[in-house]
Amino acid sequence: MSCWDIIADYGLRSIGIGERLLPRKDFTLCHQFTLIGSGLLWNIYFGVLALIVGFMLATAVAMGKAARNPVIQKLSTGFIFLFRGSPLFIQFFFAYFLFLSLKQVYPIFSPLTSAWLGALVVLICNTAAYSGEIFYGAYQSIPKGDIEAADAYGITGWTRFKRIIWPTMLRLAWPAYTNEAIFLFHATVLVFFSGFPAYQQRGDALYYASYFADKTFNPFVPYPILAGYYIVLTLIVIMIFGIVNKRLNRHLPQDNRPKLKLRLNLIR
Amino acid sequence: MFEFCTDPSTLDTLPWMACYLTTGKQFGFYSAFGTVLLLLAITAPVSLAFGFMGAMAARARNVIISVIGKGYIAIVRGVPDIAFFLFFVIAFDQLFEYIRHKIKCPDWSEPIRQGNDFVVCAEAKLPLGSAPQWVHETYGFSLAVLTFAIVFGAFAANVLFGAMRAVPKAQLETAAAYGMNERQTFWRILVPQMWVYALPGLGNLWMVLIKATPLLFLLGVEDIVYWARELGGTKTAKFTDYPHGDWRMWYFFALLVFYLAFTWVSEKALDRIMAHLTKGQATTAGEAQRRAAA
Repeated sequence: MSCWDIIADYGLRSIGIGERLLPRKDFTLCHQFTLIGSGLLWNIYFGVLALIVGFMLATAVAMGKAARNPVIQKLSTGFIFLFRGSPLFIQFFFAYFLFLSLKQVYPIFSPLTSAWLGALVVLICNTAAYSGEIFYGAYQSIPKGDIEAADAYGITGWTRFKRIIWPTMLRLAWPAYTNEAIFLFHATVLVFFSGFPAYQQRGDALYYASYFADKTFNPFVPYPILAGYYIVLTLIVIMIFGIVNKRLNRHLPQDNRPKLKLRLNLIR
Repeated sequence: MFEFCTDPSTLDTLPWMACYLTTGKQFGFYSAFGTVLLLLAITAPVSLAFGFMGAMAARARNVIISVIGKGYIAIVRGVPDIAFFLFFVIAFDQLFEYIRHKIKCPDWSEPIRQGNDFVVCAEAKLPLGSAPQWVHETYGFSLAVLTFAIVFGAFAANVLFGAMRAVPKAQLETAAAYGMNERQTFWRILVPQMWVYALPGLGNLWMVLIKATPLLFLLGVEDIVYWARELGGTKTAKFTDYPHGDWRMWYFFALLVFYLAFTWVSEKALDRIMAHLTKGQATTAGEAQRRAAA
């Protein structure tokens, strides 16, 4: 069986296309590369969607935390504390069992008990809380002069937010937000270890890596493969965020443009 | 526990709860919180020591030692965290067994990796197959502590390395001017002053460490997550005196509250330590403190 056959059989195994049964013996390097890479599709799915939706929610949460209205302010602060102050692992567990209980009362909640939606919701809230805090910090450090200038030009309300506050906030938050995005991709490996079932063994990259480590009693092959995939993924994220960073700072003189400074990898 | 608990099925909700929450299994769950605190109590100083050595190595004059120190910081920080946890536990286990195998069974002829199996002689097994249950549990726990210490040691090394460089140069130059040698400068001037620069980073790390403790579950230790899943599951009257539905949600809710409270307390405590350390330091906060007092 050549490597191409294995890729054809298992390349999309994690989303249910191709061979039904996972390989049971004679694991080759090709098997491990293919299946772990196939699982990475889930990590990308969770990461990208959570980033997009979480970004919008994070903006709202940050504005809420900065709001004058005490109710909105308390709610946003509480939301951030709830998701930043507890382990993501426990959040996944709690959310899963919460959805499970809700499902028994209202069947409409049944999609939430599967990973593709339930875990995504948790990840969205989690990243919204972390990025919300980052955005809030950036909002606090918008130069006073920028806003005064906007007022002097008669730019107010929504226009002021859209044209002045929001772009400046993003510009200041971007390096920290890049780190958050990388963390988020790392955090996605927890999904299938925390209650959410891997339906028909359709799991993510770590799920397959630990499958191989269990079957072969040899952690020295699958985990380095996983690490390799992750390094590539991280580099791609850095590249994309770097392009955005360039665009956000394009009005500044060349040597004033902040470079992305990366602080990688802490567990949440 | 209580006298009225002899026949739980006849009890009202409140006494039933009192009895249920004091059964032996529940105490297993409570003691698992102790496991978490024990892990934190051991891991935090050990990884701080690892970090201190890592930082000292990274700033050594000797190129080889410096590369080792910097490599330690870079490698552990660059690889996905959870994968690291899963990897280290098996890797250490096999490493220890391999070393013992080499020492205890020198005339063993078969290869250790036989296809998909890792085979060492019976005397080299860790812990020995005949060992009592608590030895197995302690061994698993120590592996977990070691893994945590290595990973968090690298994070701490990074923070301390930065903190050591943040101490104002003038302080060290003054020490040299007073005739202190390098060792004296390091221990008497640099180390006492670096903590105030290190504390925000270390505090952050402490928060992260707290939030990493549920990962003990992935390492096979019977921690709070294990017990919450175990006890929360549906129990029928056939197997227990206290039948109940699926309560895992409530158990995990309790864990969530536990962690939130822990984080909150830690935040307050760290603020206090920071205020204490800032006293008399040549930083903005130290200056502000001095002005407020004057």
